[in-house]
Amino acid sequence: MWLKIPLWPSEASTISRNVDALFVFLLSVTGGVTLLVFAVIVFFLFKYRHTKHPVAEQIEGSVPLEILWSVIPLGIFMIFFGWGASIYFAEARPPKDALDVFVVAKQWMWKFEYQTGQREINVLHVPVDRPVRLTMISQDVVHSFFAPEMRVKADVLPGRYTTTWFQAVKPGHYHLFCAQYCGTQHANMVGEIVVMEPAEYQAWLQGGNAEGSIASTGQKLFQELGCISCHRFDTQGRGPNLQGVFGRPVLLDDGRTVVADEDYVRESILQPGAKVVAGFKPIMPTFQGVLSEDQLLALVAYVKSLSVPQQAEPVTSRPPVPPAAGGTPIAQ
Amino acid sequence: MATSTQIVEKETYLNTDFSIKSWLLTTDHKRIALLYLISITLFFFVGGLFALLIRLELLTPAGDLVQSDTYNKLFSMHGIVMIFLFLIPSIPAVFGNFFVPMMIGARDLAFPRINLLSWYLLMIGGSLIMYSIVTGGVDTGWTFYTPFSTEYANTQVVAAGLGIFVAGFSSILTGLNFIVTIHRMRAPGMSWGRMPLFLWSMYATSVVQILGTPVLAIAVALVFLERVFRIGIFNPQLGGDPLLFQHLFWFYSHPAVYIMILPSMGVVSEVIPCFARKRVFGYAAVALSSIAIAVFGFLVWAHHMFVAGISAYSALVFSLLSYAVALPSAIKVFNWTATIYKGSIHLRTPMLYALGFIGLFTMGGMTGLFLSSLGIDVHVHDTYFVIAHFHYIMVGGAVMGFMAALHFWWPKITGKIYPEVWGKIAASTIFLGFNLTFLPQFILGYLGMPRRYHVYPADFQVLNVMSTAGASILGVGYLLPLVYLFWSLRYGRDAGNNPWNAAGLEWTTASPPPTHNFDETPVVTWEAYNYHQLPAMPEEETIGASGI
Repeated sequence: MWLKIPLWPSEASTISRNVDALFVFLLSVTGGVTLLVFAVIVFFLFKYRHTKHPVAEQIEGSVPLEILWSVIPLGIFMIFFGWGASIYFAEARPPKDALDVFVVAKQWMWKFEYQTGQREINVLHVPVDRPVRLTMISQDVVHSFFAPEMRVKADVLPGRYTTTWFQAVKPGHYHLFCAQYCGTQHANMVGEIVVMEPAEYQAWLQGGNAEGSIASTGQKLFQELGCISCHRFDTQGRGPNLQGVFGRPVLLDDGRTVVADEDYVRESILQPGAKVVAGFKPIMPTFQGVLSEDQLLALVAYVKSLSVPQQAEPVTSRPPVPPAAGGTPIAQ
Repeated sequence: MATSTQIVEKETYLNTDFSIKSWLLTTDHKRIALLYLISITLFFFVGGLFALLIRLELLTPAGDLVQSDTYNKLFSMHGIVMIFLFLIPSIPAVFGNFFVPMMIGARDLAFPRINLLSWYLLMIGGSLIMYSIVTGGVDTGWTFYTPFSTEYANTQVVAAGLGIFVAGFSSILTGLNFIVTIHRMRAPGMSWGRMPLFLWSMYATSVVQILGTPVLAIAVALVFLERVFRIGIFNPQLGGDPLLFQHLFWFYSHPAVYIMILPSMGVVSEVIPCFARKRVFGYAAVALSSIAIAVFGFLVWAHHMFVAGISAYSALVFSLLSYAVALPSAIKVFNWTATIYKGSIHLRTPMLYALGFIGLFTMGGMTGLFLSSLGIDVHVHDTYFVIAHFHYIMVGGAVMGFMAALHFWWPKITGKIYPEVWGKIAASTIFLGFNLTFLPQFILGYLGMPRRYHVYPADFQVLNVMSTAGASILGVGYLLPLVYLFWSLRYGRDAGNNPWNAAGLEWTTASPPPTHNFDETPVVTWEAYNYHQLPAMPEEETIGASGI
């Protein structure tokens, strides 16, 4: 170990090569300029030492030089900026066909929930060559999902979903860290990302302990909590029909329009009065303090499944949850 | 106590009155500067002790020296003490206080009593922070992120926050004092264009202090309200927004970096012309770049939040603006380099520190370009890459500038010459120790070692051992000046008015200066850095011996 100093993290995701290429580019340019400036300074210090050069020549300055050494760096900076921004925007936009995994962070552990119902603590199994989208929320303080070999990092906030995604390119075991200081055991809020061959991954899924997909858990909750009595799947309910709502714009009673995304669904469960759909009365009770983040995610997944088009590609070998109401949950 | 054999001692600000009261109730800017120097030196070594313990813990991957809670308190208190009690006051409160009036030919600052009040506020704030340390410490990090600080931390958050709140007003009042002084009290002939560049950078710093610090006070006060009265501001469970805190906090704390670095840039702009015997190259560019840094510094705060859940488009804007703020710093480095060209260079201790500043600050600035690039920041944010980057700026930059100032003006402040050989040994030790400490941390960061980790995977150990070894060397480097500067107070040669034959009004009066600074109000008829009109710098062996 003492002879082996690691210098470079392995590249385990599609994005990591891009990040490394940019890093190497910056390292070459800034390293080159830094060495050049240092060399010039050392040369001047030697050449104009007072024993050899007793009288300084007074030079006022030079406007052309000032312009030159402002404009050239600015031009180089714009390359750094543009290249970095293009990677960031790629990271901000998960591909449509990504595998969805929910992440619930809390002091001091990571909980991963697969759409098919499997749950894991501190270990995330993903298939190789398949984009994985993480929808994350914290139960307490701010955490940060950091997978150095994938070159991705995203803070996990309480009260709001954040997302990130990556596509692993090499099977193996990789670091998972919490990067945002979160209290006593922050340094132990670590885990592992296990990247598997697709067949292996399927086998792992089959051997899992799933009790039914997340959406089906959400569906059960939807019935147990009585949501179904108002949110009926016709136009007669006291609350809006939730079929086909997810991902679409919703007109509110104050005239605003919001897109029904994960955060909107979650907010509507916890603070139903915040954004009321036009044509409905603010009569829904709050579920603040009643539901855990896991249950909220299940309800979100269920509402989302009500809008999944039939031709959606199955996440696993199993069929997707049918959008029909009142159907029996698909148990494994 | 003085066993000096001098028979006729001239009256100076030091020997005019020896009573404790004359120090604690003084309104002399020079005495207040010394009160600050003593206080912040104390705080520096307290913060340094925490750093030493952090590095010792990280010698091994396991948590074997201290418990995780203790470790979390160590890095929190290291940050709080170093930033709020050392770096923020350092150069402005000590050398700004001492030399702003002297450089413009004034007898004191515009508001001498407010100046004394500023020192008391720092002492009250410092005492509150020390109280929070001895009664259990704080474990929120110096960043106090919510809702951890308002809801989950069980430590002395309120006391430490109150200390920061109070110390902040010290900073605001100092800035106010400098701005008014520079506007209103310049000697006849001392136009803005003739001001030494140290004054331009003090002015820019003061603007940041006045505009930024109140926002920190607001952020801390809101943390207090939520923590004590459970008023929902930041905690989503109470209906708040955790990102609001980060915006408020960084709205101050990013410009605060410029409160720390601008004064050092000012010092370097004094030291390099003196030891190159040359007017600074591009005076206007260097002066205006200080102002540009102060202005753009307020527009980049959210680059601390690229992965915090802000919109991708706002990240784009903040990345672009972060490059804009890097430009004036680059301009300064190029101008300093050009100043050395065709100079007559004396490599004395202040010059070594100034050159060390350029080297380390350049590396800190260059790695800042990595962090401004969105794609790279996502990977290295909250890792040791960031730790290394900001230590290159704040220790490599700000502290090297402080040491340059300390050695450059020590003869003026004390009337004594420090031992040159020891000065050079210490400067070299600090430079080497610093690089050994923080260079490996860039690699650690890119490998993915997160900051604020009490334990870490074993593959990171070798680089951590190198870093700890460097920190020990750095620690020795900082202790050396403490010893030889004290030694020089008693055994050092008398400095004379102007041991470096330096330009600037502060060198035209006695060392140490009389209480009223100047016997007659100076009239300035020359440009700054008129080294062509000044005699050459005395040789090392003869320096101070002439005692003009």
